[in-house]
Amino acid sequence: MSEETTDASTAAAPKPHPGRWRPHAVRIAAGAIAVLLLGLLGFAIAVQVHANSRSDNLANLREDDLIGILDDQNNRAERLRQEIADLENTLRRLQDSGDRSAAARQQALQEEQALGVLLGTVPATGQGVVVTITDPKHKLAAEDLLAVVEELRGAGAEAIQFATVRVSTDTAFTEVDGSVAVDSTTLRPPYQILAIGDRTTLDTALNIPGGVGATVRAAGGSLEVSEQLKITISRTRSLPTPKYASPSGH
Amino acid sequence: MIAAAALIAGIIVGLILRPTVPTWLEPYLPIAVVAALDAVFGGVRARLDGVFDAKVFVVSFISNVLVAALIVYLGDKLGVGSQLSTAVVVVLGIRIFGNAAAIRRRVFNA
Repeated sequence: MSEETTDASTAAAPKPHPGRWRPHAVRIAAGAIAVLLLGLLGFAIAVQVHANSRSDNLANLREDDLIGILDDQNNRAERLRQEIADLENTLRRLQDSGDRSAAARQQALQEEQALGVLLGTVPATGQGVVVTITDPKHKLAAEDLLAVVEELRGAGAEAIQFATVRVSTDTAFTEVDGSVAVDSTTLRPPYQILAIGDRTTLDTALNIPGGVGATVRAAGGSLEVSEQLKITISRTRSLPTPKYASPSGH
Repeated sequence: MIAAAALIAGIIVGLILRPTVPTWLEPYLPIAVVAALDAVFGGVRARLDGVFDAKVFVVSFISNVLVAALIVYLGDKLGVGSQLSTAVVVVLGIRIFGNAAAIRRRVFNA
């Protein structure tokens, strides 16, 4: 043992090695294995980088991470389900209110139409009567013609057109220069009146004994009533705006 | 040198072949690669210091890889898998940095 340690210069010389392998062969083998391992390392680096570049990396994770991800996704799904429920509620509420407002609008439209017909702002059509009044002696006064209109109203006429004027809430019969004027439109006999309503009732009302029919005939004229299945009143008037009256808002 | 050539050759073969990693190997491959890198850096440092021994390198390479994989496997079984894996990566990173600093000192004398 002292031979090997006395001479320092021989420290670099290969020592006799116990066992079957010579040190030079060992070094060559180790070198070869080292090179092989380096190649294997390069290979593994390339493979791992490629495996990691895939977008779905769930397969690489371990159980703890996967459980954490599962919890996160469950919470997220729960939150989204809640949001869906809230949005569905909002949608239902909006649809209901939309339906209601559509119904309200529908109703308002119908009321507008009805009011228009009754006030005379829109043309109207329906069954009714055509009344022709002749006055050869020019003895009919404004109040006589007004009585005809009142009789028609009383019998349920919903729209009345007197000659060329649509009769409304503020229609007035006056006398101008010996002739009758309706709402400042002077009229000359014979007068034609269109009235929409129940034609039988209107006809009966005009011809009751002692009614307007009798009045006209007493003045020397005639009153003809023709029942029609379809009468079209095309004259309209502008919407009257109240000057003194206003809604009481109750 | 042959070593660098072998490394680059391995990378090229890996890029060409693009094999899929087997499922049982997937959690351990990254750790094994980092452990092997630690051994390689140690080998480079030894080479620059003039004390490189191929046998030491091979043994340290293989043992690093095996120990790292063993620790990760044990951690998974114990239920502290991600923590132990993090610890192994941290320690290996520290060693790699130490070897890299020594290499830098040797190469640039700075």
